[in-house]
Amino acid sequence: MDQIFEILIAGLLIAAGIFGIVGSFGLIKLPETMTRLHAPTKASTLGVGGVLVASMIYFFVFEGKLSWHELLITLFIFLTAPITANFIAKAYMHRNLTPKDMPESNTARGWATYEDEAETQEPLMTKPKRP
Amino acid sequence: MITFAIAFASICFGLGLLFNLWRVFNASGVTDRVLALDTMVINIIALLVLYGMSVGTGVYFEAALLFAMTGFVSTVAYCKFILRGDIIE
Repeated sequence: MDQIFEILIAGLLIAAGIFGIVGSFGLIKLPETMTRLHAPTKASTLGVGGVLVASMIYFFVFEGKLSWHELLITLFIFLTAPITANFIAKAYMHRNLTPKDMPESNTARGWATYEDEAETQEPLMTKPKRP
Repeated sequence: MITFAIAFASICFGLGLLFNLWRVFNASGVTDRVLALDTMVINIIALLVLYGMSVGTGVYFEAALLFAMTGFVSTVAYCKFILRGDIIE
């Protein structure tokens, strides 16, 4: 029984290592920032997820205690990786691109990130009236 | 077998850390550098958890959790500073 878990944990760790190194290699191989954004955020998240799942199984089987920290870290990384990617993409767009570089949005309005603050919109919720 | 797997994964993530360091020094823009630093934090979390497994204590998970939180907050702060020139307005 222990043998099966050892094989499972070793397989998870090796898959995680390969995912991690592919993500970091993509960071130095891909040509520009927007394409580089895609390699580490996906592959490194999978790599860290694999390591954390392997660690969870390891501590449950061989040390006999169930620890929830790994699940917490996994959840946190899975939640925050898209947010950081979005933020970095937005910062890159505002520094290096203009609205002319963007494709058509196919709607009545342009892309939301380039809209001016001066162009005010009708708020969805109306303000409470003062008596 | 697990010892070898841990060693293999540690070598992979350590090499990844070196790649990230190379990208931090040879970045094409400041956003690129922030992205490389964010990836570095993720690789360091993996290395910490791997070290905790090889030693057999759960103490390093606290450190990994702290790293995850400070990494996220620092990346958001960097991007916010690039975008607005100020972190808390």
